[in-house]
Amino acid sequence: MDLLIKNGRLVDPARKLDGVNDVLIRDGKISAIGKIPAGDTANVPLFDATGLIVAPGFFDIHVHLREPGTEEAETIATGGQAAVAGGFTAVAAMPNTKPPNDNPSITHYIVSEALRSSPARVFPIGAITKEQKGETLAEIGEMFEAGIVAISDDGKPVMDGQLFRRALEYAQMFDMPVIQHCEDLHLSKGGVMHEGVYSTRLGLKGIPSAAESTMVSRDLILTEMTRGKYHVAHLSTRKAVEMVREAKARGLRITAEVTPHHFTLTDAAVATYDTNAKMNPPLRSDDDVAALIEGIQDGTIDAIASDHAPHHINLKMLEFDRAPFGITGLETAVGLAFTQLKVPLARLVELFSINPQKIMKVKPWGIFEGSVADLTILDPKRKWTFDVAQSRSKSRNSPFNGFELVGKAVGTIVGGKVVYEDRG
Amino acid sequence: MLKHKDLLGIENLSTDEILEILNTAESLQEVSSRPIKKVPTLRGKTLINLFFEASTRTRTSFEIAGKRLSADVINISPATSSVSKGETLIDTARTLDAMAADCVVVRHSASGAPAILAKLTRAAIVNAGDGAHEHPTQALLDALTIRQRKGTLSGLKVAIIGDISHSRVARSNVHLLTKFHSHVWLCSAPTLMPVEIEKMIDENREYLHLTHSMKDAVADADVIMMLRVQFERMSESFFPSVREYFRYYGLNLARVQGAKPDVIIMHPGPINRGVEITSDVADGPYSVILDQVSAGVAVRMAILYLLMGAHGSSD
Repeated sequence: MDLLIKNGRLVDPARKLDGVNDVLIRDGKISAIGKIPAGDTANVPLFDATGLIVAPGFFDIHVHLREPGTEEAETIATGGQAAVAGGFTAVAAMPNTKPPNDNPSITHYIVSEALRSSPARVFPIGAITKEQKGETLAEIGEMFEAGIVAISDDGKPVMDGQLFRRALEYAQMFDMPVIQHCEDLHLSKGGVMHEGVYSTRLGLKGIPSAAESTMVSRDLILTEMTRGKYHVAHLSTRKAVEMVREAKARGLRITAEVTPHHFTLTDAAVATYDTNAKMNPPLRSDDDVAALIEGIQDGTIDAIASDHAPHHINLKMLEFDRAPFGITGLETAVGLAFTQLKVPLARLVELFSINPQKIMKVKPWGIFEGSVADLTILDPKRKWTFDVAQSRSKSRNSPFNGFELVGKAVGTIVGGKVVYEDRG
Repeated sequence: MLKHKDLLGIENLSTDEILEILNTAESLQEVSSRPIKKVPTLRGKTLINLFFEASTRTRTSFEIAGKRLSADVINISPATSSVSKGETLIDTARTLDAMAADCVVVRHSASGAPAILAKLTRAAIVNAGDGAHEHPTQALLDALTIRQRKGTLSGLKVAIIGDISHSRVARSNVHLLTKFHSHVWLCSAPTLMPVEIEKMIDENREYLHLTHSMKDAVADADVIMMLRVQFERMSESFFPSVREYFRYYGLNLARVQGAKPDVIIMHPGPINRGVEITSDVADGPYSVILDQVSAGVAVRMAILYLLMGAHGSSD
């Protein structure tokens, strides 16, 4: 695939790059950066990026593609479509499919189906334990050989401390991070939203902040003990942010992500019993939101990930207690980050691309000669309204329908091919 | 006139709306003392009692209220044991709406279920208790009982004692009584006190008091409201045993002595004799438990009338 991207502002903080220039792509790779003479590019398709930002392809390291097993909610193909429409050239797929990705045959299936049907690259994450039951280790090495980039029992925290210790130890053979959904299941039992004044007022059972922070605390101690590589999924509470900050200062090998909904909404969004405001971890308090934004600004938080969790509408049209946790997020993540976060552009590129690549230790891509041509083109000033009816996801469970946002991915390029373009 | 299509909770009612319901209830109380206990007010209107959670007294009270106003009353008790089997809540609502029900009275174990129905139906939805959220008709019948005994809803000390955490009755009463500037003392073991309940109301927070001392709650109280211990919700260790619960939060005659001499004892029923209240208190001179039951019929007649009948036939 050949492509000439003209006149864009190239921003790649990993290469200390920030300036207006052209990018020439030949055979799916970046072949030249600079003022490209017109004579060299006859017959090469042109992408005019005047006034736009060109960044290394964004990588969402926390999505649920639902395939195999729950294809009525999402498939690898539709999830991939939603990803590129949101500006993501790559996603990491959580293993809680049906059956779960706990063995190499499922990993192979995901990898090959993604190559066949998804416009975005898909990096599978393997289960920590067989069937995600939290009892015995899954075939982590076999799955690594088949293409996983990390392990997690996402959605099901590993409650057994000894087993989690073993996972942190064993994963070091492959230098893979162990990703934990931090939730003490005893503290959260029966809970459907953040425990606070809103859960009291609404009469819904709460999930206390301590359900997250006590688990983070245990895991940090185990990470220190094993010298393992640990990644905290979807941080949601002030206390957990503070503990991660403190542990990083001590030099532990830990990274953390936050979702756009956790830095945008609070538990007040549940007040109408809207099941699209139900996710796990739950929407927290104003103070937690402030702490997450501080964590993003000061570098405690490494990445923004959507936790894209599609559910069929039939399951969300239930009583709040009975509806499943989770919302879609691939198409709103970038817009929400631009709208809600006051951080420099280079920092945003780190959060969405550079750091996710480092966390998952994938072969790096970026704006340099020889890189695979995976690029995200952004218009930070584009005003737009998210219309969930137009979503490319198979599911519609977003609390952001009708949200007015400023800043959008307007072009997504994977392997030199324009897989998404929105000229407004 | 009520400002809403539905009655989902006390929280969003004004004091004027509450007084209108109570005044209407008082004027309708007389109907229940007639030899022929029926007026034609709601003739041709259809009332559906949709009880997803078992309840004899509330359902019966609504049924009697509807029948005394000549509405056609239908009772439905869908099985709720499994979500996957049978119709969803939303499909049930749409079905009843298609049958042109005028009012649907809903009880459900899930907080917010009536609010979901209200958004989807033309019929008026009356919340007859949803999860641990609200039970507005209970608070209204409590208010009618208190007003008839005390002559006012203001300036009283009301102790609400028991499992506050799981109680929709407590929440609705907090909303109602603090709106009228009565002092509400919530009393329970710390394990049964919901977090941040002191911030649950936006206004009149100075009228809400929390304690785990039953003695402090009862001291000089005008009203003692005992809550039912809900054994079915005691899956976690909220307290060690029924015996120990009674030791600290059971109401017996000795404890009543701390209250005002003219204190009234209330209970939303059904009572667990010997668990939260002794028989000599429940059946004694302070008890207004049966007055509450009578007030319940009147209050529900008033609500049905105000939601279905007061608009005239053009609505």
